[in-house]
Amino acid sequence: MLSAEYLAVIAGMGVVTYVPRWLPLVFLTRRRLPLWLVEWLDFIPASILSALVVPYLITTGDPRHLDILRPELFVAVPTFAFALVTKSLAGTVVVGMFLFRLAGIYL
Amino acid sequence: MQEEKVNGLSPDRRERWGPVIKDGVIAAWPICLGYAPIGLAFGVIAQKAGLSPLEIGLMSLLVFAGSAQFIGVSMISAGAGFMPIVITTFMVNLRHLLMSSSLAVYLRGINSGCLSLFAYGVTDESFAMNLTRFRDAEWDWRRALVLNHTANGAWIASTVAGGYGGQFIPAGAFGIDYALIAMFLCLLVFQLRGMIYVIIAAIAGVLAVVSALVIPGNSYIVIASTAAATAGLFFRRAGFFKKQERESC
Repeated sequence: MLSAEYLAVIAGMGVVTYVPRWLPLVFLTRRRLPLWLVEWLDFIPASILSALVVPYLITTGDPRHLDILRPELFVAVPTFAFALVTKSLAGTVVVGMFLFRLAGIYL
Repeated sequence: MQEEKVNGLSPDRRERWGPVIKDGVIAAWPICLGYAPIGLAFGVIAQKAGLSPLEIGLMSLLVFAGSAQFIGVSMISAGAGFMPIVITTFMVNLRHLLMSSSLAVYLRGINSGCLSLFAYGVTDESFAMNLTRFRDAEWDWRRALVLNHTANGAWIASTVAGGYGGQFIPAGAFGIDYALIAMFLCLLVFQLRGMIYVIIAAIAGVLAVVSALVIPGNSYIVIASTAAATAGLFFRRAGFFKKQERESC
């Protein structure tokens, strides 16, 4: 049974998640962006991906602390190298999964 | 060649949906694969917190944001009220502001209805994948839209499946827990299109780790990436790494 309270909570969560996704798309596609903004946005993907991945590889716990002896990091090195050499997304995903499974068995 | 794609429109606008859907779905597979274990785990946790599969599915449909949903469920089971949950969700998902801004460069000239439909599916994963694809040929907003919604479907399905009894699936099977990280690593490689991007990524990584250690929550993503992008802008304006400037535009 769905309670009105639960529905209100997930609707609220939905709205505040949707608005930051929607606002830039509707506003920034409508006007000419200043050059500095275009250049700045050009750096965002590399920055975000790095900011997403690196802490995952070398920190753990709550509150977070450094831990560099993790299989996540050991596996990331050859996986990253594989991606650099092959530029293959599918291959990288498969290799990463395989190595992580191996690490799970042998480490 | 880059010029043709600035509007995010396919060269032939009357292209039928068949190939578009096929391309979008195929491109979404690493995301779907990566969502499966996370979605199942979420479903199991949500079920343990007392949510039914219907409630779980509705949350995945309305919110569609992995980490925010995990946090939301833990707050709900801890008895938190409406405002704390909504405010926390907002903070956790603020990073999408940056992602949509970045995607906007490729989506000019598309009507607001389509953009609104597209916005729903902007996640860390779809952002990274679509942005990479937009730089390649043969990618347009319709393929990106299909990719978003395929990923969304996989997310809803796997969270609901988890709610029905995902605990029966062995943990760590096939190394599937690593699928998204491997995907991000490869997409990061695609973004390293010159020395300046390598340096910016390194700065973002270091800043992210430092701020993740100091500041609770996940605001480190926004802090590190805006700071690193700003540093990149300064480097470029200061005249460093001139060679790469042509390459990126």
